[in-house]
Amino acid sequence: MDIKLSTATGNMLSKEKERQHLAKNIVSDKKFLLRALFSITGLIAAIFVNHFFPQIADVKIKTYNVNLLGLFPVKLNITKAYSIVLITIILIYAGIGIYSWFDNDRRKKYINRAPFRFACGIALSVWDILGTKTLLLPQPFFPGPSRILEAPLMEGGYIFENILYSLRLFTAGFVSGVVLGIVTGVLIGWFPKVYYWVSPVLRITGVIPAVAWMPFALTLFPTPFLAAVFLIVICAWFPVAFLTAQGISGTQKVYYEVAKTLGARTPYLVFRVAIPNALPQIFTGISTANAFAFTTLVISEMMGQPGGLGYYINASRVWSAYYKVFAAIIIMAILFSLIMLAIGAIQNWMLRWQRGIVK
Amino acid sequence: MSEPALIEIRNVFRNYIDTYDNKVEALSDVSLSVRKGEFVSIIGSSGCGKTTLLRLLAGLDVPNFGSLTIDGHEIKNPDPERGYVFQQGSLFPWLTVEKNIAAGLKARGVYKKQKADVAKYIDLIGLNGFEKSYPHQISGGMAQRVAIARALINRPTALLLDEPMGALDSFTRADLQDKLLELWKRDRTTMVLVTHDVDEAIYLSDRIVIMTPRPGKISEILEVKLPRPRDRADAEFNMLRSKILEKLHLASTKQVPEYQI
Repeated sequence: MDIKLSTATGNMLSKEKERQHLAKNIVSDKKFLLRALFSITGLIAAIFVNHFFPQIADVKIKTYNVNLLGLFPVKLNITKAYSIVLITIILIYAGIGIYSWFDNDRRKKYINRAPFRFACGIALSVWDILGTKTLLLPQPFFPGPSRILEAPLMEGGYIFENILYSLRLFTAGFVSGVVLGIVTGVLIGWFPKVYYWVSPVLRITGVIPAVAWMPFALTLFPTPFLAAVFLIVICAWFPVAFLTAQGISGTQKVYYEVAKTLGARTPYLVFRVAIPNALPQIFTGISTANAFAFTTLVISEMMGQPGGLGYYINASRVWSAYYKVFAAIIIMAILFSLIMLAIGAIQNWMLRWQRGIVK
Repeated sequence: MSEPALIEIRNVFRNYIDTYDNKVEALSDVSLSVRKGEFVSIIGSSGCGKTTLLRLLAGLDVPNFGSLTIDGHEIKNPDPERGYVFQQGSLFPWLTVEKNIAAGLKARGVYKKQKADVAKYIDLIGLNGFEKSYPHQISGGMAQRVAIARALINRPTALLLDEPMGALDSFTRADLQDKLLELWKRDRTTMVLVTHDVDEAIYLSDRIVIMTPRPGKISEILEVKLPRPRDRADAEFNMLRSKILEKLHLASTKQVPEYQI
């Protein structure tokens, strides 16, 4: 009887603890709203600074005629544009906030990010004061945030053309590099003869940074575009080929034996056993190649392309238009992040069978 | 019982060189015939060559000497007519349960024609609702059911099982044994089971082949005449068990320690 009682109380105690534990983890409405407000306070401060902080230094605020999406002609100066950007970010945060409202896990994530978002707003305010309002930062190297927006206002169309050029170059080079890498990797991993002859070549040439081949590329290929594609291809090719080969040759014998007893022939063994088995490594290769490809893309654009974001940076630097350099850098950050997100999504989907095995 | 022999193993020798450069006689002059529709277990301590023998039957390995035939033709390569169920962890981790079972159909290029079989075999092994699960999401017993279904979907004349229940707990194991018997009775597929579990061998088989190690050879073949379903607590069952255990102990008196420190 005693024992039963004590376990019963024990149970109640542990349940009480569990409830407390759960209560700790639940984000209350009030807490969430306060934190959400906190996260946009920084940005609101940035808007206030931009509007009400006296313009001490002498800066010309130019107004541009901008045709948004080619449909809405508007007049914008950089201060207005900056406010629009800040308001857009606030609206995005608010949107995410509304989306997060309905789920406790998302709420937690959202309030966890609040301090960082607040700090971003404060940083923008300080930057605005030092870079635009008082010009205390050395000019023209460190323009204020609104000044950076002058680049897309002034030549948005031209920047867009350069983005397209970069994207074309990257897609052509990276996709062919990855495909070539997978093909070589499978051949190396599957045929010992190919391993013997190709693998040393891969090991030696693979460590050379692709841009070292630039002088040859520029003379051997008819157009600078093709030369840059070639450089990106070889920089993506090495890590993908290397890791694919590793994944293929690391396939457990038992999988081949299973397939053989089920009646499989060589094509099945390659395409439905070895390659799926190597897929995690192939994706490791692809993400490494991705990082290399960004570097190669920008360097080759800076050194002899008629377009692209790298070219735009270089061309702007010549005119000391550092605000354009910053604009291009910010665009790159966004663009490359999106590309990495897309690759990550593909990887997640193709390796969905690994969920639960690997963290 | 008067069925003609389906599998004939004649004077088979298989040697290999181990990691210490010693010559190991995995099989020495092994002869055995298995009738069509028969359930045969091969039992023996580890290292007696029972798995080697099964691999030779599958065509995953070739003998140094002797011949193995099925239905009169020689076994040279793996073939879906001889299904093989491996020990744990042989499911393709990148395929769902459903697709693992369909693998045999796809490998033989008959998937489009026999697609409907997949659902049938899932039903047969009682894994409805787990079609879309990946191997790591199901239990060990379920995984071995899938492995059996994957081999059976090719409608093999013989099913070779290499300790398929070795790593399972005893409840799951008993459950799977009954499932295996059920499948055997249904299609009368000839079964050759390698095991180190004496009870399992008695519970399932028509005949039990006892093998002894170094060199691996057949020491005795026992017929089990108990009616099915067999009772593990039955007096005759127990007698048979002690008899086999005695043989195995006798067989292992000359045994050298298996692991050297």
